[in-house]
Amino acid sequence: MSTILKQRAATPAAEGRRRQVQEAAIELGITLVALTGIAAVILIFVFVAREAIPLFSNPELARETDLGRMFLPQVWRAGRPAAFIWQPVGGIPKYSMIPLFVGTLKVTAVAMLVAVPVGIAAAVFSSEFAPPRLREVLKPVIELLAGIPSVVLGFFALVVMATWLQSAFGFTSRLNAVGAGLALALTIIPVIYTVSEDALTAVPRSYREASLALGATRWETAFRVVLPAAAPGVLAAVVLGFGRAIGETMIVLMASGNAATTTWSFGDSIRTLPATIAAEMGEVVVGGGHYAVLFFIGVELFVFTFVLNSLAAVAVRRLVRKMSGAAA
Amino acid sequence: MKRIAFAVLTALTLAPAVSQAAVTVKGSDTMVILAQRWAENYMKKNAGKKIQVTGGGSGTGISALINGTTDVANSSRPIKGDEVAKVRDRFNVLPAETAVAKDGVALYVNDANGVTQLTVDQLRSIYQGDVTNWKAVGGADAPIVLYSRENSSGTYVFFKDNVLKGEDYAASAQTLPGTAAVVNAVSKEKNGIGYGGAAYAKGVKEVKVVGKDGQAYLPSAENVKSGKYPLSRPLFVYTRGKATGETKDFIDYCLSAEGQAIVTQVGYFPVK
Repeated sequence: MSTILKQRAATPAAEGRRRQVQEAAIELGITLVALTGIAAVILIFVFVAREAIPLFSNPELARETDLGRMFLPQVWRAGRPAAFIWQPVGGIPKYSMIPLFVGTLKVTAVAMLVAVPVGIAAAVFSSEFAPPRLREVLKPVIELLAGIPSVVLGFFALVVMATWLQSAFGFTSRLNAVGAGLALALTIIPVIYTVSEDALTAVPRSYREASLALGATRWETAFRVVLPAAAPGVLAAVVLGFGRAIGETMIVLMASGNAATTTWSFGDSIRTLPATIAAEMGEVVVGGGHYAVLFFIGVELFVFTFVLNSLAAVAVRRLVRKMSGAAA
Repeated sequence: MKRIAFAVLTALTLAPAVSQAAVTVKGSDTMVILAQRWAENYMKKNAGKKIQVTGGGSGTGISALINGTTDVANSSRPIKGDEVAKVRDRFNVLPAETAVAKDGVALYVNDANGVTQLTVDQLRSIYQGDVTNWKAVGGADAPIVLYSRENSSGTYVFFKDNVLKGEDYAASAQTLPGTAAVVNAVSKEKNGIGYGGAAYAKGVKEVKVVGKDGQAYLPSAENVKSGKYPLSRPLFVYTRGKATGETKDFIDYCLSAEGQAIVTQVGYFPVK
């Protein structure tokens, strides 16, 4: 860019200076916009954390709960085994995070189990096998799936899917982790598909040609050459999908039954972290213990995705290094 | 979901007419149908008067009363001590309470369920998760599927205080956002049981509850009014201090013979 500027400076000096000022202003503007994004993330985190901190600093709120009571099993009823209970409204509020973690992980696991294979397979198909005409239709249609509001998908899962699944699998509770997870998968398939597809298409044509020239079939080329070459991008797609699944609120709020259970069965109703915030934030006393706990859940979700994204970034970098090393 | 729908509806219907100061009524989802019916009839009778009704839950209504964003708060539970204190601190008046109707908290089961009556103790065991099979309470050999309300609901608190005696709900109880959602779920779930206002019981069967005298009663008008049905509760409206002006006119209308007739039509029970 600077060489261009210097060449321009050879033309009348006044115009050159004007251009320089203009470019500097544009650069400043773009930098500011980028910084606004970062500032927004930091400010949101500070705000959420600030509302959660009284839980630990304010002795009055600390009496309601603490880390031990939030994460370890407690005996609440005499003669009963220690249990994880989320019952925030009542004489003795009980804020165990474990049922919410278990619920969130169960529904996310179901969604990922379905969406990862389907999303990646669809991406491989449309980038490697689909005739160009079909691909032109396929991509926008799958991406359209991402445009369906999650409240519509949630309603569909609540009214239609839940009944099908119950009659097909005989679940005791109509609304459960499987139904909500499947609806959730519908929202993350397009995310995984789009990003993976872009990664696959970006693999240089020469890789495919070399592979085919060496006698590999199209199938072998797609799965042994192109897919591994696009692995960093596909991994990024999976992480993006995971982040979306863990934070999705409306679908799970509507279709999961919202019972704070701690069981291994995927046929039980579950309550997730984001749905809990959404369902309970409306009526908590501002500044009270329950309010602080809900913000603490927000902090947990934030930390979750932050750690996940960092791990993924490291993994992608390693993959890229390994592959460029192998290529050299 | 329901409260969003109401918010949108009210916004759509009232947006063009904001020119005139309206009496705002906000609160209990249980009372929202009733309050809207009152408002419609009151406005029909008194041309030029405006009553604006929204739901959101009893707690939301009382919060709005504390924050000064509503004139009247509907509540299906009595106001709490700390809420009274907040109103007094901010506005230097005590909230005034008026019981405008009575509601029976009905227990719903699926039409296919053979159980016709339950005691309050049985209900407590069921909702605490101690009894998990319909066989233990005289039904078929099938698991009991519990439906409850979100913990922001006044009905949730009423049921917890009066049936569970303040103990916790079983963890397996599914919480749904609104009585209509509970009724819908129970109508589709043949082993389900749920609770909510008597006015909503469409497509499901109401269970008789055994009262103090050992007899089982349905939440009918006379049983609720006489107090024989054990799970009934008053529905309140709250104002900041004694109601005056148009707010008072509206509450007086609710308590009038005509207003109380609407209570019966909607499916609740009159107080007068």
